[in-house]
Amino acid sequence: MSANNASDLPTVSDRLAKNAMRNVSERLIEALLFCAAAVSVLTTIGIVYVLVSESINFFQNVSIVDFLTDTQWTPLFDDAHFGIMVLVSGTVVSSAVALAVAIPMGTVIAIYLSEFAKPKLREVAKPVLELLGGIPTIVFGYFALLMVTPLLQKIMPELPGFSLLSAGLVMGIMIVPYIASLSEDAMRAVPMSLREGSYAMGATKLYTAIHVVVPAAFSGLAASYILAVSRAVGETMILAVAAGMQPNLTWNPTEPAATITSYIVQVALGDLPHGSIGYQTIFAAGLTLILITLCFNILGQWLRRKFRENY
Amino acid sequence: MQHSTLTTEQVRALIARGKFRDTLFQAIGIIFLAIGLLVIFLLVGDMVIRGSERLNLDFFMNFASRRAANAGILSAWVGSLLVMTVTAFAAVPLGVAAGVYLEEYAKRNWVTEIIEINITNLAAVPSIVYGLLSLGIFVYAFGFGQSILTAGLTLALLILPIVIVSTREAIRAIPAMIREGSMAVGATRWQTCRYHIIPYAMPGILTGVIIGLARAIGETAPIITIGALTFIAFLPPAPFTEVSTGVNAGLFDWLMSPFTVMPIQIFNWTSRPDPAFEINAAAAGFVLMVMVLSMNGIAIWLRYKMRKNIKW
Repeated sequence: MSANNASDLPTVSDRLAKNAMRNVSERLIEALLFCAAAVSVLTTIGIVYVLVSESINFFQNVSIVDFLTDTQWTPLFDDAHFGIMVLVSGTVVSSAVALAVAIPMGTVIAIYLSEFAKPKLREVAKPVLELLGGIPTIVFGYFALLMVTPLLQKIMPELPGFSLLSAGLVMGIMIVPYIASLSEDAMRAVPMSLREGSYAMGATKLYTAIHVVVPAAFSGLAASYILAVSRAVGETMILAVAAGMQPNLTWNPTEPAATITSYIVQVALGDLPHGSIGYQTIFAAGLTLILITLCFNILGQWLRRKFRENY
Repeated sequence: MQHSTLTTEQVRALIARGKFRDTLFQAIGIIFLAIGLLVIFLLVGDMVIRGSERLNLDFFMNFASRRAANAGILSAWVGSLLVMTVTAFAAVPLGVAAGVYLEEYAKRNWVTEIIEINITNLAAVPSIVYGLLSLGIFVYAFGFGQSILTAGLTLALLILPIVIVSTREAIRAIPAMIREGSMAVGATRWQTCRYHIIPYAMPGILTGVIIGLARAIGETAPIITIGALTFIAFLPPAPFTEVSTGVNAGLFDWLMSPFTVMPIQIFNWTSRPDPAFEINAAAAGFVLMVMVLSMNGIAIWLRYKMRKNIKW
């Protein structure tokens, strides 16, 4: 641009006017960006509102004592019973099986990757674990039903075609990457000087890992276990496919049973009229699920605060 | 303690035992890692072997059918593609805007704190709960029905935390001097974001978006919960084509169409008693796995490239 001709240049007041507009649009953009960030809060409010309002309708028809103590769950029958413990038992058993697989496996993999493995192996192993964690749960459900169950039936011939055990085992494999990856991050954050101190005292790598690194990283490990619990409790498709969907109050993993989540899927697959009692049950079940997850999250926060180590 | 009484042999035995335990532990670690790898191979391998007879062009071009041999995944993959389009169009602008706000604009106060805690907690909410949310809000309160729009928005909310977190991480990696340089030549905060921060953070944002979409494309539970149909033998109306005599579909009519997606089709086939449908489930599962694994693969590769290339 040639500055020779003075009349081409904007006057001072023109430039200031432009600046004023600039401030207005800046404010506007900031407000828009804030709204985008607020959507996440709205989502939470929406979840709480939907679950609570539908559950209030539900509890006007069903007493909360029946809901918690009844030992039958037959909401769609003429003789309707609403004992949520039936579904909770399925959720607890399948999650317990999953965690019994995932916590030892995930922790060992994490210790191995953080303390023993060469950096090259770690660079390859982490993405592979990520891929494992990215497999759709419906595919894991297929795997549990058509591969793991027949395999287990060879060892335990009396195992039925649907069982909490095979669903739980596969769920465990699915959760391993979450635990391994988060725990490994926590252990790698432990300062090197602690390990060096331990080695200097003549401790082996394994002894150092178990007695120095793991306790130092415990708050991170606890966080990863809590996340694993949330995943297990909220997992849906593996159970819907491989654990059968009939409500069954049992603590035996070799039996088929419905869980809170698979019940919701089962009801949603049918055609329930909006506002019917059957429609309301899935929100009551959803509320129960959220409350269980919430309890574990609070426990996790507490564990983290109690065992947080500062270096 | 009596170490002074240990003989050299005993010390050697102690060391040997310690070393043995180290080796044993390493072996267990490698075995556990191998199990993970084995599961991936078993899954993919089984699906390829079982589903190979269905993996041909007809399978992609046929609608669902009551006869297993004639059934295909046309409505499922088209449905998945359309739902992902809606999800991406909703989640990317919202997620990036939220991430930019939190990193570049937000003041350190209680409002920001609530938003941050909230995003962390949303990431731990079971996906089926998003289905219930959208059943109550999108399907009934907003009246969107069991449509592609509802499904896309549901999954967008589900992956929003992933997009926000990856945007924030990508932005945080940009050094302050970039912002200072931009502002020093008179750019406003938004111009700095628009011309510097967002373009430089793009690879990181893209990685997060791809990982989020890979998660969304495999999600089944929330979509079943909103009441998506499992048997669909038609495609959503393409814009400006004739849907019935004399009536042309509008540009956005497909948004309101009933639909099915890949995971629901697989679920439908695995839950049928006839074993012939297992072959279909295997073939469709393989197609879905290829989609998800390649998306994740691209994301991992992008991240790897990024770590290599960027030197500020």
